Amino acid sequence: MNAFANHFSFEFRTGIRDKTLLLMNYLFPLGLYGLLGFLMAELNPLFVETMIPAMIIVAILSGTVLSLPNPLVTAREAGIFRSYKINGVPAISILTIPALTTMLHMVVVAAIITATAPLFFGAPPPVNWAGFILVFLLAAFAHAGLGMLISVISSSSRAVVLWSQLIFLPSMMIGGLMIPYSMLPGALGKVGLLLPSTHAMNAFQGLAQNQVTAFAPLWSVLILLAGGILSFGLANYLFCWDRLNTTRRGHPALALLALLPYVLGAALL
Amino acid sequence: MDGISFEVQRGEIFGLLGPNGAGKTTTLESLEGLRAPDGGILQVMGVDPTRESRKLRNLIGVQLQTSGLPDSMRVDEVMRFFCAYHGVAPNYHLLDRLGLAEKMSAQYHTLSSGQKRRLELAVAVAHTPPVVFLDEPTAGLDVPSRIELHNLMRELQTGGTTIILATHDMAEAEKMADRVAILLRGRIAVTGTPRELTATGAGLTKVSVLTEGHSLSETSVTFPAVSQQAFKDEYAIYYSTDPGLTVSAIIAHIEAQGDTLIDLRVERPSLEERFLEITGTRGDQ
Repeated sequence: MNAFANHFSFEFRTGIRDKTLLLMNYLFPLGLYGLLGFLMAELNPLFVETMIPAMIIVAILSGTVLSLPNPLVTAREAGIFRSYKINGVPAISILTIPALTTMLHMVVVAAIITATAPLFFGAPPPVNWAGFILVFLLAAFAHAGLGMLISVISSSSRAVVLWSQLIFLPSMMIGGLMIPYSMLPGALGKVGLLLPSTHAMNAFQGLAQNQVTAFAPLWSVLILLAGGILSFGLANYLFCWDRLNTTRRGHPALALLALLPYVLGAALL
Repeated sequence: MDGISFEVQRGEIFGLLGPNGAGKTTTLESLEGLRAPDGGILQVMGVDPTRESRKLRNLIGVQLQTSGLPDSMRVDEVMRFFCAYHGVAPNYHLLDRLGLAEKMSAQYHTLSSGQKRRLELAVAVAHTPPVVFLDEPTAGLDVPSRIELHNLMRELQTGGTTIILATHDMAEAEKMADRVAILLRGRIAVTGTPRELTATGAGLTKVSVLTEGHSLSETSVTFPAVSQQAFKDEYAIYYSTDPGLTVSAIIAHIEAQGDTLIDLRVERPSLEERFLEITGTRGDQ
């Protein structure tokens, strides 16, 4: 327990000490929140209605999909995991602790957004706080799982950028953040259902804001939960200690299995 | 690796020598559980490094040749972090001893390469493991740090710690190791104590003599068992296959010539010379 607490404490401090992580965990999502708050409120008054969940999901995307994988890939390439292995640091700690500390940073950012958006932009606060917390945790869990999976299958920092952007950009455009899912044309809507952000937005609207949703929010909850479990499970299975001795238990293409709940969701909903 | 087999006794310092690519690091990493061998049997204190890695962790301390630590981790955090995983209290005294006391708050990326090596060494031995693997431990260390490392190794050995040392530094191996094995293209070419290895080679003992007069300056003077001779800086130098016989004859000759002996030095063939002989790289040096 002492080792876990020590590791957790170090990782959390790294998220503030490291300038890149500080930028991606706090400055980028909060900066974007301020910018979009002023711009979008003018351009699209409907955006204000979903502003709090949308900006929280942007923060989650930034902290998990964009910033979580790169330090892990760099650490593996630099032989840091080798030092961990010979000193008894288990793989599960390497995979879960950065995800947990990132989620803690996200809690801080989410709290700032939730507290200030009603004051500055007139955004409606959550109605159901238990639902709000549940969906926040599930969205962070599902996205952190994808971030971990990217870190495990990426052979370099350049590959990380590619995979991360493959999730981040579509999430911003068709993930229900800027344009509601219900307003997307049929085919784009189906593609949108492949993204965790679409389900997170649907669940936030249904369970935290008590609004009418395009499909039952319970499906979104189940899909996010299954996606997160699959992602972390696959990340653990495909984890590799160093680039020199690449004894991996499975082919990196197995990571695509993490999309299974989202594909099923797109097919059935 | 190709059919290598060796045993190391408790409390022994065992040196693994060999040219680049001979298999030293592969051997060590297999014993440390970082590599899975294709076949064969590995045991460290009765533990299979491949199958029982968790059990192995507290039995061994490792300083890797290539590894790293998180850039933003401070020196005191490094000690706390790894000691926590080994379930022991942080050993800050060790950091002090290895000259890192003033660097406690420094982040890893700000340390010099020598300081990083010392920190990694401190982490390797902080939990007092019974077996320590050191892969090129003195690479990048200055002279005082090297001496401190050797003192620490001797102390660990006195306390019963077994040390397996892979090094390119022949003087270090000769000075520190109880036994050495020379690896060549994945095989053990020769194994034994440094004295045994140097004694079994074709290496010649160097006898250097300085006299007051010129009794040895005649190149026509020959001595038994001498295969080569030379003159350098007023010294007559003889390479002998039997230094006892040669030295006796030289002293007798000096006395017979009424000359006075000022200096006489006998240097055994070094492990480095034996290493070069075995690895066939003498001509490259």
